[in-house]
Amino acid sequence: MSSEPTAAAPAAPTVVKGGSWRERVQQLMALAGLLLIFLVFSVASPQIFPGYSNVTTILFSTTVVGLLALAATLVIISSGIDLSVGTAMTLSAVMSATFIVNWHLPVWLGIIATILFGGLIGLINGFNVAILGLPPFIATLAMMLVAQGLALVISNARPIYFDTTEHAGYIWLSTGSIIPGTRFPNAVLVLALAAVVAFVLLNKTLLGRYDISIGSNEEATALSGINTKKWLMIIYAVAGLFVGLAAIMISARLGSAQPATGAGYELQAIAAVVIGGTSLSGGKGTIVGTVIGALIIAVINNGLQILSVRQEWQNVILGLVILVVVYIDQARAKRAATT
Amino acid sequence: MRKISIGLAALGVAASLTLAACSSGTPAASGTAGGTASSGEKPYIAIVSKGFQHQFWQAVKKGAEQQAAKDGVTITFEGPATEAEVEAQMNMLTAALAKKPAALGFAALDSKAAAPVLQQFKDANIPVVAFDSGVDSDIPVTTAATDNKAAAGEAAKHMCELIGGAGTVGVMVHDQTSRTGQDRRDGFLDGMKANCPSVKVLDPQYGKGDPNVSADIASSIIEANPDLKGIFLANEGTAIGGIKATKEKNMVGKIVLIGFDSGKDQIDAINDGTMAGAITQNPVGIGEQVVAAAVKTLHGETVPKVIDTGYYWYDKTNINDAKIQAVLYQ
Repeated sequence: MSSEPTAAAPAAPTVVKGGSWRERVQQLMALAGLLLIFLVFSVASPQIFPGYSNVTTILFSTTVVGLLALAATLVIISSGIDLSVGTAMTLSAVMSATFIVNWHLPVWLGIIATILFGGLIGLINGFNVAILGLPPFIATLAMMLVAQGLALVISNARPIYFDTTEHAGYIWLSTGSIIPGTRFPNAVLVLALAAVVAFVLLNKTLLGRYDISIGSNEEATALSGINTKKWLMIIYAVAGLFVGLAAIMISARLGSAQPATGAGYELQAIAAVVIGGTSLSGGKGTIVGTVIGALIIAVINNGLQILSVRQEWQNVILGLVILVVVYIDQARAKRAATT
Repeated sequence: MRKISIGLAALGVAASLTLAACSSGTPAASGTAGGTASSGEKPYIAIVSKGFQHQFWQAVKKGAEQQAAKDGVTITFEGPATEAEVEAQMNMLTAALAKKPAALGFAALDSKAAAPVLQQFKDANIPVVAFDSGVDSDIPVTTAATDNKAAAGEAAKHMCELIGGAGTVGVMVHDQTSRTGQDRRDGFLDGMKANCPSVKVLDPQYGKGDPNVSADIASSIIEANPDLKGIFLANEGTAIGGIKATKEKNMVGKIVLIGFDSGKDQIDAINDGTMAGAITQNPVGIGEQVVAAAVKTLHGETVPKVIDTGYYWYDKTNINDAKIQAVLYQ
C-alpha cells in the first residue's frame, strides 16, 4: 500500500509485520464474537445447544464451507476473488465419482486425482487472471458457469453414487470416526488439518509472503523482481486444491456426487472470509479468522434452528451480522490509521 | 503465448457451445416406433419444463419421449437450471414461440409471469398443455398434474399411524415459494391436524432441496427435539439430507422418515429400513400425458380440463410391485 516501487522487496516483510498486530486484534475480536454468539445461544437453550452432540453437529456443518473459505482466503488476500469455488467443487465431486465409480480407480488414487483436478481448475483461473489479464471477478464468474455446466454434462445430469460397501472407505472419510467411541466425524479433522496446512502456507512459506505482497501492491511486488504472474497462478492453483478437498468431503458425506448443487456455496465461503477479517481489497487476512468466520456462520444457522426461529429470518440475521462485523472492523482500522 | 491464448479461447468457445447445446435441450429422435418414412412432416411439440437436472424431470422427459415415439411427433424438452429462475424460463418460452411449434407443453415456475407469453401462443393458435403445476389462466387446454396437497395429506396419514399419534414431528420442504413446496407443506400440515391433532408439528424448515444443507438442518432438528418421532421430507434432495442426518446421528429406527418422489437414496433407505416410506408421483406418466393431450388436441379431440396423474404410497411391502416399480426412478 505504502511501499515505493524501488523499496518493495524490503517493504514486503514490513507489510506483513505491520499487518500482524492488527491481525491479532482482529482475530481476538472475531473469536470474542464467536464466543459471544455461542454464549447467547447457550443461555437461550442450555439443555441442547452447548451439548457435545450438538457442538459436533455444528462443527460437521462447517466442513464444506470452511474448506471453500480456506481457498477463497488465499485468493482474496491476493486482492482477487474466486466465484467458482462452489461449482468447481461440484465439478470436482463429479470427477471424483467418475474416477472411482466409473473408471474403478482405487479410492486413494481417485482422491489424489480429484484434489489435483481441483488444482487444475484453480490453475486455469490463475492463468486467465495472471496471463490473460482478465479481472478475477470475470475470470472466476466464467469458470463458475463452465464448471456448473460441465458437471451436468459429464454426469449426464444424474447423481453418481458411490457403492456403500466397495467405497465404504471413501464415505468413512467424512462421516466415519477415527477416534473410537466418540462419533466425532472425520470431516471436522480434515478441516482442521487443512486449516493448519493453509496457516503454514500463508505464514511460513514464500507463497504466503508473495500472496500478501501481491495483494498489497502487485506492481511494486513485480518491480522488486518477483514473478507475480507465476505466483498468482500458483496461488489460484493451491486454492483449487482445497476446493478439490471440499469436493471429496461433500461427496463422501452424501455418498454421491450431486451435479445440480454447488451454486451459492461461493457466497457462503466469501461471507466466512469477510467475517473473519480478511479484506476484500487484498493484502491482509488470516486463516484463523476465516475458520472463525465459518464457525460463526455455522453457529448462527444451527442456533437459530435449535431455537426454532422461522427460517426466513435466519438469512436476515446472518446478513446483519456480516454488516456489523465488517463495519466494526473498518471503523477500528480507520481509528488505528489516524492515531 | 499468443497461441496458448487462442487455444484457450477456442476451448472456452467449445465449452460454451457444449453448454448451449445442453441447456437448449436435445430434440428427441422419435422415428423408432412409427417408421422413419414420414420424418419430415412430424408435428413438433415444444416442452418447457421447470427444470431438467433433477431426476424427476428426467423421468418426465423420458415419458414425453416415449409418448412422442408412439404418436409420431418430435419434441424438445428444456428447463432452467434451478426452479428459482423464472426469467430464464420466460426466455425459453419466447424462444419456443419463435420456433412455431404445433403445440406447447408448459410447467410454470410462476404462472402470472408467464401469462403474457401464453397469450401470444394463444394468438398464434398454438394449443398449450400445462403440466406439473397449474397456470392461473384459461389458456391451457388441460393441466396434467399431481394433486400435491392430497399426496402430502396421504403422507401425514401414514406418519400419524407410524408414530402412534403422539410426539413431535419435523417438516422439511425444498422452498417456501414454489407451488409444489407450498402444497406439500400445507397438505402435510392439514393432514396432521386432521389425523392426529395432538402431535406437535414443528415449524417447516427449508433446505433449498440441497442434500448437504438439508442434512445440516435435519441434524439440528434431531438435536433440538429429544422427543422427535418423525420427519416429513418433501422432495428428493431434502429426503437425501434427512436420510444422511438420521444415519449420522445414529437415529435409524428411532425416528420415522417419510419422503417424497424417489431416487436411489430413498429407494435404498426404504429397503434398509432407514425410511418408513414415501409418496411417489408418476413423472413418466406426466410426460406421457402432456404429449398425448397435445396430440389429441391437434387432432381436434377434446381433453378433460384436468388430468390427475396420480400418486402412490410405497414402502418396504410394495416397493417391488410392478405398478410401483414403473413409476420409480433411480
